[in-house]
Formats: sequence, C-alpha cells, structure tokens
Amino acid sequence: MKILVAISNVPDTTTKIQFSDNNTKFNAAGVTFIINPYDEWYALVRALELKEANLAEKVTLIHVGLPDGDATIRKGLALGADDAVRIDSEGPDSFYVAEQIAAYAKEKGYELILTGKETINYNGSSVAGMIAGILDLPLISLATKLDVAGVKITAEHDIDGGSRVVECDLPAVVSCAKGMAEQRIPNMRGIMAARTKPLEVVKPIDSAPLTSIKSFDLNPGRTSCKLLGEDQLDELVKLLHTEAKVI
Amino acid sequence: MVLVFTEINKNRIKKSSLECVQYAAKIAALTGGNVTALVNQASAEHLEELGKAGANTILNMNISDLGSDHILSCAAVEHAVKHSSAKVIVFAFDIAGKAIAPRLSARLKAGLVAGATELPAVNGAAFEVKKNVFSGKANAIYSIHSEMKIIALLPNSFPVVLSENKALVQEFQPDLSAVKSRITIKETKTNATGGMAPLPEADLVVSAGRGMKGPENWGMIEELATSLGATTACSRPVADLHWRPHHEHVGQTGVAIRPNLYIAVGISGAIQHLAGVNGSKTIVVINNDKEAPFFKSADYGIIGDAFTIVPKLTEAIKKFKAHQN
Repeated sequence: MKILVAISNVPDTTTKIQFSDNNTKFNAAGVTFIINPYDEWYALVRALELKEANLAEKVTLIHVGLPDGDATIRKGLALGADDAVRIDSEGPDSFYVAEQIAAYAKEKGYELILTGKETINYNGSSVAGMIAGILDLPLISLATKLDVAGVKITAEHDIDGGSRVVECDLPAVVSCAKGMAEQRIPNMRGIMAARTKPLEVVKPIDSAPLTSIKSFDLNPGRTSCKLLGEDQLDELVKLLHTEAKVI
Repeated sequence: MVLVFTEINKNRIKKSSLECVQYAAKIAALTGGNVTALVNQASAEHLEELGKAGANTILNMNISDLGSDHILSCAAVEHAVKHSSAKVIVFAFDIAGKAIAPRLSARLKAGLVAGATELPAVNGAAFEVKKNVFSGKANAIYSIHSEMKIIALLPNSFPVVLSENKALVQEFQPDLSAVKSRITIKETKTNATGGMAPLPEADLVVSAGRGMKGPENWGMIEELATSLGATTACSRPVADLHWRPHHEHVGQTGVAIRPNLYIAVGISGAIQHLAGVNGSKTIVVINNDKEAPFFKSADYGIIGDAFTIVPKLTEAIKKFKAHQN
C-alpha cells in the first residue's frame, strides 16, 4: 500500500501578514515558510508511523507549487518521506490543486491520500473533499485516529457533539486533525538523507480554477484593552451589557 | 434559485443551518429567485422554523441512514440542485459542510468559497464573497467564475431574525439506489456537555487555561459559565494534560469559535490560541501576568488572581441578572 501525503507551503504561524500590489498579493518578502502544520504533524507523521509498522510500503509527498517550495518539501523528506513530487504550478485555487493531486494519485496508483484538516493560510478545508469528489472515493473528514488493516482503514472523526469510529475500504482520502500523531523534529541523519531523495517535478494537467482572489484586507485586530481593577467587576458587567452589548 | 443544506441535531434545526437559510434568503433578494431548504426527517416544528428563517420551499426527505456517509448526502444535494434549478448552494462551514461542499464543488465544477463571513456582492456576472484567511488575521474577497456557485458560511457570522414566513413543504425522495455508502459506522461516542450549547454555535464562552493550576479548580469556571448560560472551553495545554476533555479545546488545532463573548481566564494568549478565538465579538481576559500577550488582543482586561476574581465576577453577574428580572 502506497500513501500520498499532500503538503502545502505556508507562512510560519507567527508571521506578520502583509499584502502587496495594491492588496492583491500576499507579500512573501522576509517570510519564513513551513509545511502546513496539519499536513506535517498529523498527515505526514501518521503516514510515517504506518510505514514503520509495515502497514505501508512507501510514503510520497506531493506539493502543488513553484520551485520556492522545494526547501519545504526537503523538510518533509528529512522527516522520513521516501520521495516527493512537485506539480509545477502556482496552484491558483483549491479545485485546481485537487485536480492535480487526484490525477497524479490515480496515475501512480496511490491507495491512501492524506491531507491536513485545513491550511493555515487559506483555511478552506476543501482539497481533501475535492480529491475524493474527483476520484469518486470515500472521504474521512477531520480524522483524529487512523489505522490500516490490509485493504481496510479504520478511523475516528468528529461529528456534532461527539465522534465516530468508521471503517472503509481503500482507496480512500483522509483529512487529518489533532490526535492522530505527535509532531516530530527531523534529525541530522534525516536532513542529510533528504538531500539525495528523489524530488520529481511534473507539469500540471490541464485544469481551470473555479475561483480567484480579487483582494485582501487585514483584520485591524483590537487596538486598546480597557483595563479594570479587581474591585470593578460590577462595572465590567455593566460595560458588557451597555457598551459591548453581549449580555 | 438558492438551495440550502440544513441539518437537525439533538432534535433541533442547527443554529448554523438557520443562519444559512437566512443568508440564502438575503442572497435570493440580491439575485432574484427563491430559497429552497433541503432537510432530512424534519418534524412539523422543524419545518415551521425553517420557514420562519426564510425558506420559501422545503424539500423534506425521509432517509434513515443519510448521515452515515457524506457520499449519500452529496448525492441527495445533487438531486435537490436539479429539482430546484439552484444556481447558488449554501452550506454551513461545519463538520458536514466541510465534507460535503468540496465534494459537490468537484462534481458540479461549481466554485466554492469555504468559510464566508459576509453576503456576496453581486454585480452582473461578477459574484464576490468575503472570507477569513490567514487564520483570522486577514480577509480575502473571492470571485467565483463558474455558473454554479457554492458558499460555506462560517457559523456565528450571520444573525438570524425569525419572521412569520411560512414555507411550502414538499416530500422529497431522491433516488439514491445507484449510490453506495462505502463507510461503515463501528461506534458513535457522545461528548458529555450537559445542557450547554455546542462550542461552534455558542454565543457566550468561558474558557480557562493552565493558570487554573489543576482540574480540581474548574468548579468556579463552571459556576461562572452557568451564571451566564455560557459554554465552557479550555486552552490546548489543559486538554493535553487531560484536565478537561479534548472537545473543549479551542484554538488553531482545536475548535475555532466566534462567540459574542469570550472570557479567557488564566490563558496567556499564544498566537495559536488567538487564531481560534480572534473572531469573537468581545474578549475579556483575566490574568495575573500583566505581560500576558492576550491583553493586547482583548477588549476588557483584569490583571489579578483568577481565584479571587472569578467567584466575584460570578456574583456580579448573578446580581445583574437578578436585577434584570
């Protein structure tokens, strides 16, 4: 069984977000990029654990992006993925990205496709479901546990007010959330080995995005916090009622 | 025509579903046409409520295992799209919406905006929708280019005002015989939440962090929540230490929420925590460390010992409520 892990290249969580070109583009100047945390901590690490338990033969990373994402891909290889493919396109929207990943997974016969539950830049939670829709595969959405037994997978995922343990046949798509695995730090051996692991660059298939971003604006955030003393709790309640109007 | 996917949970139409119906009604007013709500196994009260939220027509299905597999739900929505000639389809950006909307988007090649926070701007063929990006730090305006459009609305983004509107109800039996459920449910677990509103829908949330020093001290947090009618939540370390159940964890890796009021007790306000709560309308921070970064992202702050302040705040709220009645 071969696992394909989709990774996104995103600004580090602590990045101060800025836009350029009249607020139409994300300004990447001086920004540190990382593997999208959900793709790395949960999807990739769980895939590696399954391989270490001899439940998968191979773990391949797939990234839809331009060459500036190669350093991020190498980090995934350093964590232990066997090889990687980069679909050479900016990836204009989630549907376009899903079409690229779906086409590659189908052509190469990957039986399990993993993604994180969302990316921390566009927060769409869409690519996994779109891949499943394109390939007509079952999707386990927001999974917190994942196990493989032969041609079946067992997973736990959240539902309204609880969770559910489910089973389905491979091939399948799973979007991964907290609980599935613990973050790993690449070691020196992994980092050295990553330099020579295969990173294939593939041309995108024909596809047309269904959406585009017209412009961005920053959320102003909160500018001033009204500080009150321990003896002003009646005043606080009054402010919540009359000023904030939330109680 | 606008189609809305709605759900029933704990024998009530979900609050996020009512928000979507109201949102769809406002879109229909912009684009012309009517609102059709799709629902499964709704009672007379449920149907009445969907009507009051703004549905013109309700397609009421009667499929016992619909919720078991998103593939079935997606197929049912596709039938409803055809039946209602819908050009815009609205979901809540919740657990079901996150699974079904992308699948439908791929199948219909209909552009999806996932996590919309405002009504679309419609101008001729241009259809633009605002959503949160960069985990709440910014917004983006998305253009949808396809003829058919899907919007997944972020819960607690759109107020619901019920009217005396009555919907036309149709029994709807989509033929799903060709669609095979491929997911088998082995076990269903229910979170013990008492009578509290579920976190993604809660208007008022009282949350606490490691500053509470141990799970034995949560009584005062629960009392504060009860005095307000709020739902309790916690920070990541608290869930990881098993002081509180995982479903209470709010933040980037836990549940993202946007209540009207978020009271954070003994939470320093790490950026990952803020990413899950910065959509709250009003934030109150109680912390004994005046350097806690959360104060920079709060509307009201009290610097001091939570163990003294929280019980006093509960008393102040009780007094306020008694006075109001």
